[in-house]
Amino acid sequence: MADKLISKIPEGPLAEKWTKRKSEIHLVSPNNKRKLEIIVVGTGLGGASAAASLGELGYNVKVFCISDSPRRAHSIAAQGGINAAKNYQNDNDSIYRLFYDTIKGGDYRAREANVYRLAEVSAAIIDQCVAQGIPFAREYGGYLANRSFGGVQVSRTFYARGQTGQQLLLGAYASLNKEIAAGSVKSYPRHEMLDLVVVNGEAKGIIARNLVTGKLERFGAHAVIIATGGYGNTYFLSTNAMNSNGSAALQCYKKGAYFANPCFAQIHPTCIPVHGDQQCKLTLMSESLRNDGRIWVPKKLEDVEKLRKHQIKASQIAEEDRDYYLERRYPAFGNLVPRDVASRAAKERCDAGYGVNETGLAVFLDFSEAIKRLGHQRVAERYGNLFEMYEKITASSPWEEPMMIYPAIHYTMGGIWVDYDLQTTIPGLYAIGEANFSDHGGNRLGASALMQGLADGYFVVPITIGDYLSKKFSEPKQDINAPEFVQAEKDVQARIDRLFAIKGTKTVDSIHKKLGLIMWEYVGMARNAEGLKKAIKEIADLKKDFYENVNVPGTQYEFNQELEKALRLEDFFEIGTLMAYDALNRNESCGGHFRVESQTEEGEAKRDDANYMYVAAWEYKGEGVEPELHKEPLIYENIKVVTRNYKD
Amino acid sequence: MEFNLKIWRQKNAKDKGHFETYHISGIEEDASFLEMLDILNEQLIREGCDPVAVDKGCKSSGPVSFDHDCREGICGACSLYIDGRAHGPDDHVTTCQLFMRHFKNGATITVEPWRSAAFPVIKDLVVDRGAFDKILQAGGFISVRTGSAQDANNILISHDRAEESMDAAACVGCGACVATCKNGSAMLFVAARVSSLALLPQGKLEAQKRAKNMVAKMDELGFGNCTNTRACEMECPKGISVAHIARLNREFLKAKFSE
Repeated sequence: MADKLISKIPEGPLAEKWTKRKSEIHLVSPNNKRKLEIIVVGTGLGGASAAASLGELGYNVKVFCISDSPRRAHSIAAQGGINAAKNYQNDNDSIYRLFYDTIKGGDYRAREANVYRLAEVSAAIIDQCVAQGIPFAREYGGYLANRSFGGVQVSRTFYARGQTGQQLLLGAYASLNKEIAAGSVKSYPRHEMLDLVVVNGEAKGIIARNLVTGKLERFGAHAVIIATGGYGNTYFLSTNAMNSNGSAALQCYKKGAYFANPCFAQIHPTCIPVHGDQQCKLTLMSESLRNDGRIWVPKKLEDVEKLRKHQIKASQIAEEDRDYYLERRYPAFGNLVPRDVASRAAKERCDAGYGVNETGLAVFLDFSEAIKRLGHQRVAERYGNLFEMYEKITASSPWEEPMMIYPAIHYTMGGIWVDYDLQTTIPGLYAIGEANFSDHGGNRLGASALMQGLADGYFVVPITIGDYLSKKFSEPKQDINAPEFVQAEKDVQARIDRLFAIKGTKTVDSIHKKLGLIMWEYVGMARNAEGLKKAIKEIADLKKDFYENVNVPGTQYEFNQELEKALRLEDFFEIGTLMAYDALNRNESCGGHFRVESQTEEGEAKRDDANYMYVAAWEYKGEGVEPELHKEPLIYENIKVVTRNYKD
Repeated sequence: MEFNLKIWRQKNAKDKGHFETYHISGIEEDASFLEMLDILNEQLIREGCDPVAVDKGCKSSGPVSFDHDCREGICGACSLYIDGRAHGPDDHVTTCQLFMRHFKNGATITVEPWRSAAFPVIKDLVVDRGAFDKILQAGGFISVRTGSAQDANNILISHDRAEESMDAAACVGCGACVATCKNGSAMLFVAARVSSLALLPQGKLEAQKRAKNMVAKMDELGFGNCTNTRACEMECPKGISVAHIARLNREFLKAKFSE
């Protein structure tokens, strides 16, 4: 089956590949576009921008989201910014540099051609967003402002205060609204995709549950685009929104789409630490804070003790008694090392006993030096709303005492395997944004998720999908009474009936919490073979417990959030297991994936290019059966593969 | 901390609805209001009362439904009317950013859904805000197609103007303004969008038409009129100023005069 993994990377020089591919793609004439239907699942940056752009092109689009409005998708919560190779700062930025930084930041586990295209279209994204009326930050001369993010040495990040994701999403949502008004897009809010329908090997529709009436509904189309984000909530506690889930992606996997690099999950270094066991969600503090904030822990363990007992405050610890460990270990990048490096360094200090809060799982992010250097007003302009947000949550003011932060699950680089056209191993099924695996390798750089979502949605999939659809316009509208649809609906119904029939005593969340603990312990920031095997076993046991003891109250035919959660948890079990299998297979440390067995004497991650320079694409083999691994070799023709170095 | 929670329960849009009171204890001061509701729901489910059983004499209607998602104050999903205030007693926060330290230990807290003719209740504390989407579909956009944009720096916008536009663009579409307004008006919501775009050169061209169409849609969907009580501004979690309503009115009047 390995022949399914054809990446379709165009021949020719890197900088000409996208142009070449575009010139080869068959077009669909306007009158034929009218006959073609496309389903887009998800309305974050990827889904909303794709649906709007496809609608503009003249296709008939149906767009689905689980929330009450497309505007609530979790892209909205992205704070810091969006990268683009505009070189407006004249700091010698270029498409090549953005490409290079992304490949290097991803620890040489992303495809060259895809990443180059991402960098290539990045500038047009900013143009598009400004034209939509997104109020990006401006210099006093009226030009666009930029800032820096981790893992890079130029300023290429565009931003709208600490609400860049919100503004970009409202822009895409506005374009979507324009198309809904024009009649080219039909919106289905409060609908959750529960299965993919495949007819003769091709994606032809979905089964969705209307979350208000509880009814299962069938939707047919000539192609399906999955834009449902990542699966970080497998860990229960993450920075993802409460309803973010991996179910749509997992259903595609079960229907034959390969799932790539599932173990690559990003742990973000700057989140507000866990405060007790009643919590269900972690809050991110934007990476942009690391532009001016300095990360440290005390040098002396006695100071740590006093901090934990509240006998002293951080501000009372003398400068020479502070260990600015990122600046010490990585002088070239200092506090702006990539996320995986910063997270591991925080864990290293806390494991050594230097964690600064009661749980011992926190480090300081300190602005006192920046406030002295820049003054109160300029710091407030840059980070005011983030400071407020921190104070609201913790009741402590970053103006007076440093913030306390700790790493948390934030983003998943892995996802549905796609070729250069963003098509999955199922013809007619596409995956975009965080839902696919394609651009970030083992670690995503800050401000690149927004870039990828919009690149895929505005500029890639609307073009590449034409190549597939150019062969489909003579096919009639998909009959949703076809046996494949009937069967898919029956299967979903059986899943729901099974859940209600259990009538146990445990809540969905209590079991999900346990899954989260297993994942964080064994598939978290440091992984080893023994732990990963344990995780697979423990998840299987927990799943058994779930099917024997869960209590899903209420009925199907009503608004029922417990049922929604139970269905998602079923899929998180599968995703967690798949992540563990992948992490077990990848016996190297790479990006966000750190295998204890593979490190240097200094404790830095040690990649194994000889054995693991490939994309691990997993094929579903049935319930409880180990999935089959397929390998797509990664070939670097334009970049010299070296050890990532942020030290000098 | 412990509390008595008097919560609105309503099976569906057709049900009349009623209050039920629950006691909850062991809540941390740093827990958010929604985390407290999560804990309540855990408790209600563990007690084994499901909604089907209510008719058979079970004392609770099962877990309480409420909209929520990001839990960091930006998605605008959460929408609770707490002790007579949209998003509760703290100023300029969404419900998810309201923390239990703002309540007195032992207090009885009343929790209701947004109450507005334009936002029918779906279940318990969940309402249908689809009307907001419809208003924005009536003109809350700039008519630019993907791919037609010029270089971003060809459009110069002064720092202050961009900031002012951003102030209005911060709207999260939660509906607190409507829930708070005695007339159930959506003026602040409409104004935020109209003003944010009208302040920018890109949005100028369609500004009047946008104002006219969005206001017409708002009226059609059953929202009330604005009588300048400014209650909306007080309760807006993002502190959006009623000054934007003045700008909306200007654009609206210009549109009327040019007819």
